[in-house]
Amino acid sequence: MTSAVLALFVREWRIAGRIGGGASVGIVFFLILVVVMPFALGPDLKLLARLGPAILWIAALLATLLGLDRLFQADHDDGSLDLLINGSLQLEIAVLVKCAAHWTASALPLVVLSPLFGLMLAMAPAPLALTAATLAAGTPALTMIGAIGAALTVSLRRGGLLMAVLVLPLTIPVLIFGVAAAEAASGSAAPFLSPFLALCALSLAAIALAPFAAAAALRHARE
Amino acid sequence: MRLRASDLTIERGGRRVIAGLSFDASEGAALIVTGPNGAGKTSLLRALAGFLPIEAGGFALDGGDSERSVGEQAHYLGHADGVKSALTAGENLAFAAAMLGGDPSRAAQLAALTALGLGHVVDFPARLLSAGQRRRAALARLLMAKRPLWLLDEPTTALDVAAQSALGAIMRAHLHDGGILVAASHGALELDGARELKLGATAEAPV
Repeated sequence: MTSAVLALFVREWRIAGRIGGGASVGIVFFLILVVVMPFALGPDLKLLARLGPAILWIAALLATLLGLDRLFQADHDDGSLDLLINGSLQLEIAVLVKCAAHWTASALPLVVLSPLFGLMLAMAPAPLALTAATLAAGTPALTMIGAIGAALTVSLRRGGLLMAVLVLPLTIPVLIFGVAAAEAASGSAAPFLSPFLALCALSLAAIALAPFAAAAALRHARE
Repeated sequence: MRLRASDLTIERGGRRVIAGLSFDASEGAALIVTGPNGAGKTSLLRALAGFLPIEAGGFALDGGDSERSVGEQAHYLGHADGVKSALTAGENLAFAAAMLGGDPSRAAQLAALTALGLGHVVDFPARLLSAGQRRRAALARLLMAKRPLWLLDEPTTALDVAAQSALGAIMRAHLHDGGILVAASHGALELDGARELKLGATAEAPV
């Protein structure tokens, strides 16, 4: 079983690397959003610094959802989903592994690069580090919730839009707690720890529950 | 080991494509599913693989692993071949072996590809393969993990004469080892003593 988990993870990474979509598209999209913001908001550094965490979070949310619609669709279209369903791995575990590979390939680079992008928003070092921490804690929830939407829309030709409509409302709590924790980090009076812990709880719950929902949706999609 | 189906009824989109179909196949037996387009050949194979719900009746693999479903003891090869264009032929096979519980080593990849006359493309990206070569790479998956039941949907599509005889050879070897084969095909498969399962008469029965 470990070898199958490893094989699936390596395969996802190889495909992401060779097709070149996954990580780079998300990062470029993230970068575009962050670069454009100061032009739209004007050169008020105080305002930028105050909005910085929220801008980083919105950019991360949209960039994460951007690549997710293809998560299962490619496998559905070429028939390799059959292999996952009748393979030696439980489909739930296969879903979890695919999400883990997707997260490390496309969300993790965003987390790592977010302090760099935050510099363009005139954020101070401490808020930068803590915002990156909230992104690291919160993006797994975004990926897992997105995976449910991707599984539900797997057999639709242009499911990307429907997926975004389905998934965005579910990601609102993650966004709220993520931005709340990040803003606390940038010096407001609100506490940092409680929204951060709620964010961690959301991620853990999504990791625990989403594979079952996504796997059930995929099994139905085979009909 | 014995594949047994009784009174199998399958509906697709409200239309009954297979009604009350019963058959059985014992070790070493090959069943060729024939019938006109739309007779339910693919539906039957996908139902046996566990991808389609059945309306009534049932099927089982007697003497198989009772812990696993029939689909988990079967190789299913359909029209969508499950070959990833971004990976090499060898990487595709290694992944299939790891997923299906076989030996993913390079020696096994080479042996499987060579059996289908494709040993020279092991390091080629699958997107560079021709349709027939791609089909052969998908068929090589059958050799990467040992599973007692093979469910093949039009396995000869796009295959040239040499590849068809190579496919015949691996199918005969599988049957010789006590495997069971259910294949849907319009053309002749190079198998002796295969039984024919004709669909169409049952498929058009009134609902």
